[in-house]
Amino acid sequence: MARVDVKKTYKLYIGGKFPRSESGRSYEVYAAKKGTFLANAAQGSRKDARDAVTAARAAQPGWASATAYNRGQVLYRVAEVMESRRPQLVQEVRDAEGLSPAAAESVVSQAIDRWVWYAGWSDKYVQILGGLNPVAGPYFNISASEPTGVVAVLAPQESSLLGLVSVIAPAIVSGNTVVVVTSADRPLPAITLSECLATSDVPGGVVNIITGKAAEIAPWLSSHRDVNAIDLAGAAGAEGVDWAKLEEASADNLKRVLRPAGTGSDAVEPDWTQTPDLSRLTAFLETKTVWHPKGR
Amino acid sequence: MSTTTETPSRTAIDATARARDLLGVSRLTNQALTTWLHGLPGVDQVGCEARAAGLGTRSIKTTSKQWAIDLAISMIDLTTLEGADTHGRVRGLAAKALVPDPSDLSTPRPAAVCVYGDMVATAKQALGDSDVKVAAVATAFPSGRASMAIKLADTKDAVKAGADEIDMVIDRGAFLSGDYLTVFNQIAEVTKACDRGDGTRARLKVIMETGELVTYDNVRRASWLSMLAGGDFIKTSTGKIQPAATLPVTLIMLEAVRDWRDLTGEMVGVKPAGGIKTSKDAIKFLVTVSEIAGEDWLTNQWFRFGASSLLNDLLLQRQRMTTGAYSGANYIADDSPSTAY
Repeated sequence: MARVDVKKTYKLYIGGKFPRSESGRSYEVYAAKKGTFLANAAQGSRKDARDAVTAARAAQPGWASATAYNRGQVLYRVAEVMESRRPQLVQEVRDAEGLSPAAAESVVSQAIDRWVWYAGWSDKYVQILGGLNPVAGPYFNISASEPTGVVAVLAPQESSLLGLVSVIAPAIVSGNTVVVVTSADRPLPAITLSECLATSDVPGGVVNIITGKAAEIAPWLSSHRDVNAIDLAGAAGAEGVDWAKLEEASADNLKRVLRPAGTGSDAVEPDWTQTPDLSRLTAFLETKTVWHPKGR
Repeated sequence: MSTTTETPSRTAIDATARARDLLGVSRLTNQALTTWLHGLPGVDQVGCEARAAGLGTRSIKTTSKQWAIDLAISMIDLTTLEGADTHGRVRGLAAKALVPDPSDLSTPRPAAVCVYGDMVATAKQALGDSDVKVAAVATAFPSGRASMAIKLADTKDAVKAGADEIDMVIDRGAFLSGDYLTVFNQIAEVTKACDRGDGTRARLKVIMETGELVTYDNVRRASWLSMLAGGDFIKTSTGKIQPAATLPVTLIMLEAVRDWRDLTGEMVGVKPAGGIKTSKDAIKFLVTVSEIAGEDWLTNQWFRFGASSLLNDLLLQRQRMTTGAYSGANYIADDSPSTAY
């Protein structure tokens, strides 16, 4: 006799816990090519986003004050946990993006490698971006990078794992905390990533993952006065999202805005397989400059 | 919507004489009090908690929520009761009470600022002739473990310094060992000590410290005992003991003041204090007030929140409703104790 499938109903990842959506809603997730039913995902609401921002704000000072070395170790640990869940991730990426087994393997490898790549930057970017500034006076003048704070991230709609990792890792490596709205149609790899984060050493609240529709949640995050920056990568291809409106709402509290790739009003999803540069990391940094009198 | 009204010039009643009348005895003894208090119907614990939980599920939205938030703000006794309190901190708190939200001057003011007795003069000076009252904790707060002479001196001192309201603690040790008469007499004497000597008196809030009373039956008995002895308000907790102000406990107290009015025609206020931190919690309490005691209690004359962080959350929610965007701590005046020495 055929066994009845166990189809999961997933929840959100907020403050290190896995709560249901405050709205009580969920939606069905289907495989990209075959159209088969995969699972139910929680449909996050604006109140879930608010709760996530509260959790991210609470976690931010502690995460930022961890040593760079420690943050690097924690990010590396995420890569390790992902490695041990590789078969599940490969299957989910295959289903979500309709890839061949070999292509899915490659994407997961790249996603894991990207954590390691950013982990390595944790104790190096400050030296590269900061330094001793030449000034015409008897002073030292030193610039150092500091995290911006709480960053809202619209995760890419197409690249469900590699794109997701490519937007989360550069934001948190410097001590920011993030509230991520996942791809609406392809949320399952993000849910598994949240399970990886929960079982690695990432403190609760540093990464908060909300599955659901960007069109519903993004306006509240962009106008939220306790969010310091917003990454609009996921505006590309998101139904009903006008990223210019989001940038406009972000101006209210002078949020830093990382625009989606593309020219003009077109938002396109970049090729995440390219080796990144530091631009996503530097987008969410502030520069603190200190003047200090110099003796003889 | 109601605002703070004048302190009622209710003359100090002879609590003992009235108690004799109510109990129908010729001499007020501990035995008479025990018989009366233990004759009160017992509290159905499961039913009470289920009722409180049920009232907590009401959905209050849009204009009702706006009204509730403003009402809740106007009911707050903005409190600082720390050993590390400074005059500067009390002045800061008073400034916040006068202008809770500098970005929106239509925000109502809290009902009172609640401080230790030695800070009353500072608070009074900072608040000037505004409608924000000064409440002082007295009678060896929070433990209440001092001789009666000291408790009375503590009270008189605060009243003399200009306190509009006195928050006293009952002797929980005496209450729990069944010595109700001692508790009664102490409350009655402190009531007299609240007299300013010019025909007016400070309102007296009686803190029962429900977290130490063990059972709901004891909460009900302590409520009745406090009202019988002349308290103007019954208050749940000092805020120093957990659990503090829970919804079921407040529900029992609201039933008590409702029934007290039916019996004597007098209104007594209720003040849950400690542990109420969010707007959502505060609104649950308001729903309970309305449903149990009635709308007459929905004013800061008869219902208060003893809280310190609640105001900030109410202000965040208020800003969210007026601006349409979620707000953050950067947009609220920071009244947390300074740690930068």
